[in-house]
Amino acid sequence: SAMAAPELERALREAAAGPERAGEAAAVALGAVRAALAAAGGAAALSERERALFGAFLRSLARAPRAARPEGVWQRCFLEGLPAPALCVLLEALGCPRPSLHPKEVAEVLEQFLQEGRMSALLWEVCQQPAQAGSPELQEALLNRIVCLPDYVSNKLEGKNPPVFFPQNYFPLLGGAIIQVLQKISDSLRGGLDCSISFVSHVLGKVCIHGRQKEILGILLPRLMDLTKSDCIWQRICWRLVECVPDRWMEAVVLGFVQRAPGADVLSRVLGNLVVKNKKAQFVVTQKVLLLQYGHTTAVLQNLLGYLALDSLRRAFSLLQVLQELLETWSSSSAVKHSPPEQQQYISKAILICLSHLKKTEIESCRQELLTSMMEGVKCHLDSSLPQIRRLGMIVAESISAKINTDGPVLKFQVKVIMKFMSADAALPLVSESNDKSHTAAPVMPDEELDTELDSDDDLIPYDMSEDKEVKIKAPVYIRDCIEALTGSEDMDKWEATIKALESLVRKNPEATREVSVELAKILLHLEEKTCIEGFVELRQRAQVAVLTTDPIPVAKYLTSQFYSLNYSLRQRMDILDVLVLAAQELSYPKSHGKTKHSGGPKPCIQLLPGSDSSKDWRRIVDERIKSKTRRFSQMELASGANEFNSVAGHFFFPLIQHFDRPLTTFDLLGEDHFVLGRLVHTLAVLMYLAVNTVAVAAMGKALLEFVWALRFHTDLYVRQGLLSCISSLLISVPAERLLEDMTEELLETQSWLGDVVEKDPDGDCRRLALQNLRALPSSAHPHPSYL
Amino acid sequence: MALPPPDPQFVLRGTSAAVHTLHFSCGGQEPDVPILFSGSENGFIHVWNLKTHRVDTALDGHGRKSVYCVETMGDKTRLLSQGRDQRICLWDLAEGRTAVTDSVFTENVGFCRCSLLTVAQGRWLMAMAAKALEEVQVLELPSKTSVCTLKPEAGAKLGMPMCLKLWQLSSGSQPLLLAGYEDGSVVLWNLSMGKPLSQLACHQEPVMSLDFDSEKTKGISGSSEKVLSIWSLNEQQNLQVYKTHNLVNAGISDITIRPDKKIVATAGWDHRIRIFGWKKLKPLAVLDYHTATVHCVSFSNHKNPRERLLAAGSKDHRISIWSIYTQT
Repeated sequence: SAMAAPELERALREAAAGPERAGEAAAVALGAVRAALAAAGGAAALSERERALFGAFLRSLARAPRAARPEGVWQRCFLEGLPAPALCVLLEALGCPRPSLHPKEVAEVLEQFLQEGRMSALLWEVCQQPAQAGSPELQEALLNRIVCLPDYVSNKLEGKNPPVFFPQNYFPLLGGAIIQVLQKISDSLRGGLDCSISFVSHVLGKVCIHGRQKEILGILLPRLMDLTKSDCIWQRICWRLVECVPDRWMEAVVLGFVQRAPGADVLSRVLGNLVVKNKKAQFVVTQKVLLLQYGHTTAVLQNLLGYLALDSLRRAFSLLQVLQELLETWSSSSAVKHSPPEQQQYISKAILICLSHLKKTEIESCRQELLTSMMEGVKCHLDSSLPQIRRLGMIVAESISAKINTDGPVLKFQVKVIMKFMSADAALPLVSESNDKSHTAAPVMPDEELDTELDSDDDLIPYDMSEDKEVKIKAPVYIRDCIEALTGSEDMDKWEATIKALESLVRKNPEATREVSVELAKILLHLEEKTCIEGFVELRQRAQVAVLTTDPIPVAKYLTSQFYSLNYSLRQRMDILDVLVLAAQELSYPKSHGKTKHSGGPKPCIQLLPGSDSSKDWRRIVDERIKSKTRRFSQMELASGANEFNSVAGHFFFPLIQHFDRPLTTFDLLGEDHFVLGRLVHTLAVLMYLAVNTVAVAAMGKALLEFVWALRFHTDLYVRQGLLSCISSLLISVPAERLLEDMTEELLETQSWLGDVVEKDPDGDCRRLALQNLRALPSSAHPHPSYL
Repeated sequence: MALPPPDPQFVLRGTSAAVHTLHFSCGGQEPDVPILFSGSENGFIHVWNLKTHRVDTALDGHGRKSVYCVETMGDKTRLLSQGRDQRICLWDLAEGRTAVTDSVFTENVGFCRCSLLTVAQGRWLMAMAAKALEEVQVLELPSKTSVCTLKPEAGAKLGMPMCLKLWQLSSGSQPLLLAGYEDGSVVLWNLSMGKPLSQLACHQEPVMSLDFDSEKTKGISGSSEKVLSIWSLNEQQNLQVYKTHNLVNAGISDITIRPDKKIVATAGWDHRIRIFGWKKLKPLAVLDYHTATVHCVSFSNHKNPRERLLAAGSKDHRISIWSIYTQT
């Protein structure tokens, strides 16, 4: 190299100095450079001075007129010499305002540069002699050029760039280059030579932070998985590759790997003990992904926590700590109240996965802490007004309890949780088992025909008697009998028959019902399930609704007064609300509609065989066909009738809205009974909606706006949702001119509150509802175009 | 797969009241038409022509009080009927007449049907619940002379008689009476001595109906419970339980053994008629047609077994006529 050096230097100087030469002379000069370069033993052997000269040479070449660049030769100069200056000069040429090189020509050379593997040569060069590749600033510039090449080229060529510069093609290519470089690094390590991987890590980091994890890791990860399988040098290279990623890009890289690794073992091979060594990685893995973000899939969680569990060091450092922090969040009542349900579900998932990784001894060591968190957490989850949160709390608590009490009694909620992953197959063996039993049991039955008497009834062939089933007890026929049967009777059969028949009896005998309506409502409100009867709650509720619709004013008066009375359970208070809503709904619909709806309502039955109602399907299909092929010349008559809710809406609504702020000894709506408050608010929303076209609607609207205003900052999500529903109903039901004339002030206040909710509420549903409400506000009320 | 139970052969409508009793008269020679008598709650006895399925005559002899027992005496021209007006009427229906020729004032307020037994040509014995609560009185008809009064021993606490069955082992032999009582027991009475021969507690509840097969000396009784009781009479004239049969639903209002002793039919409070083989009480069919309590079941006395019919009368005002197990 030392001998060839002056030769090369001379050739470079000559070539760079005479850009005006044309034709033959130019070709000769370039040929001399190439020959001298080859003689010097390739680009790697050049000194810094020669490198600088080479850069100058390329630059002059790029500026040279066409005649001074013999076709086919000048391109080779860019492709054979030093890759780093070549890339820089080419990109500069592309950016030159008055280029002597046509951008298309540059693009062609660049494309060839990429195709011929010059990118890996470039990376390898930097890895080999990081000091020679220039100052950190120059490296940074080079890094930028490499990572931003697709954008840069695309900008300069104004979109007419060849496909190889598309990100989806370029970054896999870059990934391939990285693999080649790593291969070379591995070879040189095996050869006892040291080299630095940090530039490759930088490239990887920057690509990832630019959001190209999919493209680059799609190539890298499968190769690395293979290579690290049984080779510890490769594993070390891989670990080093990730460790050397600068902190600012660490998150993108780690997440990229976690999201794409097919399993925790792969992740463990590729990342090594990164979380223990690197603070940033530790923060990402143990804090950010688990506690701050919640959009990742379950597979990501499984990967991540599995990775933490696979190594003893990581277990000790991270897994238990992670579990503790997860439980802390899970059992914090503030988190339960304020964080979105999706996040809570995410954290619950993470806890369950963590638990499954814990070993017995580890559980022993933290049993007390687990127990404490479980107790706290289950309390604040059960306190929530959202059913899915309560269910989550129960699931997690059951799992924790099952883990910590290996021999003692475990927590068991009698709630059937239908998990998505539970397959129907699990139920099948049970069924077949019971079938088998019934088969074997049949012959064992005492055979009555064993009697030795000779004559028998054998000549008489029995008919099918399978329909011979027990007849249901006769239900009472008079309303007053029902009262007696429900209160005094000890006969459970009669009691059951009564509760089953009551609704239809009430509907058939409105006059008789009105005589005893309040008494009946009282009995039904206090009625408890005496026997195990299917659908008791619905039966009772339907009877209550029937009584209320039959005699609305006194019964509504009774029920609403009882809602705020002492000594009722929360369940009973909520029953009252449900009944009011259902009755209001029935009253506000046209009569015929209400009737058909009732008979067709959901019946509490379990469908055993999927195809058992095929005859109904058949009927439906035929009906539809007839309908589709029949032309009707007259309009279908729409069900119509007086709105019976009109005269009674106020009786349903106003008593409910009056006393919510007066706590009783056993009932505090504004305190801990916020769940009932939520139901109340939703009930008011429905009543408001059903009151459309009634006389009282404007007065109701005004009262409701005041009510909403008083509660607008309630911490409970369910209550806030209800309040927003109230506003929606109000906007639907109350005519716009009434709103604008009678409630201008309130409306403006509401509007600013809605704006706040849209911007600040943690719950997505609330934000959406508020936005819809804002859009629905009557036009002159909103000078607020920003949301619309 | 067993066949589905048959539908009624036809249904007689038009009594406009609950039907409490039925009696066939189909044994006559051509051109006599087969006839069914029905007694209903409104006090009428309807005479149904089974050819036309129409009412030939409606007899009104009990002051619009429920008729709960109808029997023919010999042929279809002489009829006995019992009603809630506390009277047993004897009718002459010959040549289109509809006249009550005689009547017995029972003074009994219960529902116990009387029982009739032919002892000689033109002479019958009739057992009926008497005025005193626990007593049964036996009269000779048509003379209406009292044969005996059957009083349970003091302290027996049988309660009222609920159902009666007069029978004799063979014609000419000593007539006997089986009576089911309110306390659930069945008592066999010797009429000549006026003394109980045997007593058997068959049920926990009042015996609603019983029938007896004098050839096999075996009887069956039903009550308001879910159980049919089958009992037999041994040579020492002791009643003993033969077996019991559990029903799906409680309450039997009437039981009849077909004259050929092949099958037995029950009328159930569960609106269903049940058919059993008489020999083993093998369940054969459940006839589910009526929509209210079935009050009575009766078999016809057709000469030709293939024409034999079963009739059931119900609270739903209908009489269903069935043709079942006629091939045997």
